[in-house]
Amino acid sequence: MSDPETQTIEADVLVIGGGTGGPMAAIRAKEANPNLRVVLLEKANVKRSGAISMGMDGLNNAVIPGYATPEQYVKEITIANDGIVHQKALLAYANGSYDMIRYLDKLDVRFEKDGAGDYAVRKVHHMGTYVLPMPEGHHVKKVLYRQLRRLRIGVINRYMATRLLRGADGRIGGAIGVNTRTSEFLVIRARTVVLACGAAGRLGLPASGYLFGTYENAANCGDGHAMAYHAGAALANLECYQINPLIKDYNGPSCAYVTGPFGGYTANNKGNRFIECDYWSGQMMLEFWRELESGNGPVFLNMRHLAPETIGEIETILHSNERPSRGRFHARRGTDYRHRMVEMHISEIGFCAGHSASGVWADERAQTTVPGLYAVGDMASVPHNYMLGAFVNGAIAGQEAARFCAEVDLPMPDAEMLAAEQARVLAPTRRADGLTPFEVEYKTRRLVNDYLAPPKITAKMRIAQERFAEIREDLDSLVARDPHELMRALEVQSILDCADMAAAASLYRTESRWGFYHFRVDYPETDNDDWFCHSLLCKDAEGRMAHRKRAVDSYVVPVDATEMTAYQKLRIAPAQEAA
Amino acid sequence: MPLAAHDASVPVVVDEAKCIAAKGCTVCVDVCPLDVLAIDLVRGSAFMKYDECWYCMPCEVDCPTGAVKVNIPYLLR
Ligand SMILES: Cc1cc2nc3c(=O)[nH]c(=O)nc-3n(C[C@H](O)[C@H](O)[C@H](O)COP(=O)(O)OP(=O)(O)OC[C@H]3O[C@@H](n4cnc5c(N)ncnc54)[C@H](O)[C@@H]3O)c2cc1C
Ligand code: SF4
Ligand code: SF4
Repeated sequence: MSDPETQTIEADVLVIGGGTGGPMAAIRAKEANPNLRVVLLEKANVKRSGAISMGMDGLNNAVIPGYATPEQYVKEITIANDGIVHQKALLAYANGSYDMIRYLDKLDVRFEKDGAGDYAVRKVHHMGTYVLPMPEGHHVKKVLYRQLRRLRIGVINRYMATRLLRGADGRIGGAIGVNTRTSEFLVIRARTVVLACGAAGRLGLPASGYLFGTYENAANCGDGHAMAYHAGAALANLECYQINPLIKDYNGPSCAYVTGPFGGYTANNKGNRFIECDYWSGQMMLEFWRELESGNGPVFLNMRHLAPETIGEIETILHSNERPSRGRFHARRGTDYRHRMVEMHISEIGFCAGHSASGVWADERAQTTVPGLYAVGDMASVPHNYMLGAFVNGAIAGQEAARFCAEVDLPMPDAEMLAAEQARVLAPTRRADGLTPFEVEYKTRRLVNDYLAPPKITAKMRIAQERFAEIREDLDSLVARDPHELMRALEVQSILDCADMAAAASLYRTESRWGFYHFRVDYPETDNDDWFCHSLLCKDAEGRMAHRKRAVDSYVVPVDATEMTAYQKLRIAPAQEAA
Repeated sequence: MPLAAHDASVPVVVDEAKCIAAKGCTVCVDVCPLDVLAIDLVRGSAFMKYDECWYCMPCEVDCPTGAVKVNIPYLLR
């Protein structure tokens, strides 16, 4: 490939990632100040990118007056996360939740309502009631796209951001992107940047061995985490992995949140319930894993007992929304919900605050530790944030960025850094032979499964670090024969960064916490004396991975000690199990 | 290290008789989040170029002529 062109543009607010939180950040920044130059950069195409590519079948965490209060929600998520939460950020989300639902409703996102026109909220969580179904939720992206067009927001599709820029004073200064079809370079100088690149969903290897058969949208491979890390931002509690229950082999949701309110439930091979509550938490995943490992596995989703009309309704929701191909998957295997339970499994590991808790540190204003840099959605550290959290925190980040960029000038990018980044990005195109991105990615992710997945064992994680260091040397042999392969070659570098962060963060926290997510065999107890704190990981001045503790801020919603253990009592007692 | 080709069946199939890429359509290529579809200019039809599919289905749902069929990739079928 000959050397691609470099173009430079300027923006007031640059949003990276046009999935869920990203478009909302761009929309709210522009609504806050229509004169701002807002640019939305997307690796794929905003029309169909991200986790909600095909819509969503419900809001998992709606805080709606009459059903729940923001304080109840904050309490529930605090307990589900063993107390390690930045409550102010949870409360900011919860306070914005209802307004965002009404805003989306106004834009024509359709939620389930009862006969009186009120939102029909359902109970799935252990304690409160927060699930709002969206049986017609397949058009969410269309609604967002329409609003982006209406506000004339500058959208740049098919550019993958590779690194963030910082000004001499340490403030954020923009980002570098590369076109995934031409390898053209783009330097975007910006006063503020909102990161919304989704989960690190291509970290472990799915049991099927298919690299793109992930739970998360496979375009989300941890680029955002890697970019934040290299820009010096802190990442929080990465050892609190994301591990999801899912349809075995298909690797997508089965989905207990939809079927639960209709009467579906998770069962063992005897058809018996073994957990009290299907809401995902580390404790729930621990019980799920134990059941899989016991003679009672596999685990299934059972709907056989439901009325035919109910099953018909469930099929309409599950097979036209979110992951519509699951209907096709079941049909081929002859799995009819009426007669057969759906075999389930647990996923490979990833980082995702949408479903779990870890990511780039973001406070109640979506601010990271780098001035002018915001992070939202699955890649930011606000726990159990799901789709509505990405929207609400996207909105907060958009407004904050709009405010901040009015106060600051445009930093000058460092020419040396730009040249170095261009050399790093293009290196795989300069080789005629070497290692393909496919094989390097496969090996990295296979090693993640072998050595980093819980139960976590110190000796294994150290071996992982040795293997990852060897692969890091192999990066100098990566070869890309076209721009598409170059995108994959860059992605594998993000994946390796995330694998290294997962190992380092897991080794740092010498206790067990969050059920299965951080189950350390060498330190099986929870140690509140030493570890009731966030762990922060960041790149130090010498370019090494460094760690520090951050105290948990005093709670804005008090939780008493007796309530704190609610999520640790999820297993149904054996006598009850038979009932 | 020299490279060898590594063939695989692809999950997404395009019906060339229905595809109107020759008239300028690129919808499926535009929407794919993994960017794995392309247009074969000689045949005037879309096709799956890379076996890197999330079986998410925008290509099938958004195709104006119903030419695309998404199958579940063989390894996880
Ligand atoms: C299968 C599935 C089912 C779910 N079900 C529900 C549900 O029922 N209810 C619910 O509330 N939540 C659900 N969630 C969670 C919810 O969808 C997510 O939490 C939310 O959509 C995340 O939004 P986001 O903006 O962080 O990420 P995304 O929407 O995934 O967007 C990230 C975007 O960043 C882009 N990107 C990545 N890297 C780069 C780069 N280097 N440069 C430029 N762009 C980049 C990606 O292409 C993508 O468009 C589900 C998630 C999944 C995957
Ligand atoms: S969207 Fe349909 S008609 Fe258009 S190029 Fe793709 S397959 Fe052909
Ligand atoms: S199913 Fe999804 S990933 Fe596969 S080709 Fe179609 S749009 Fe692309």
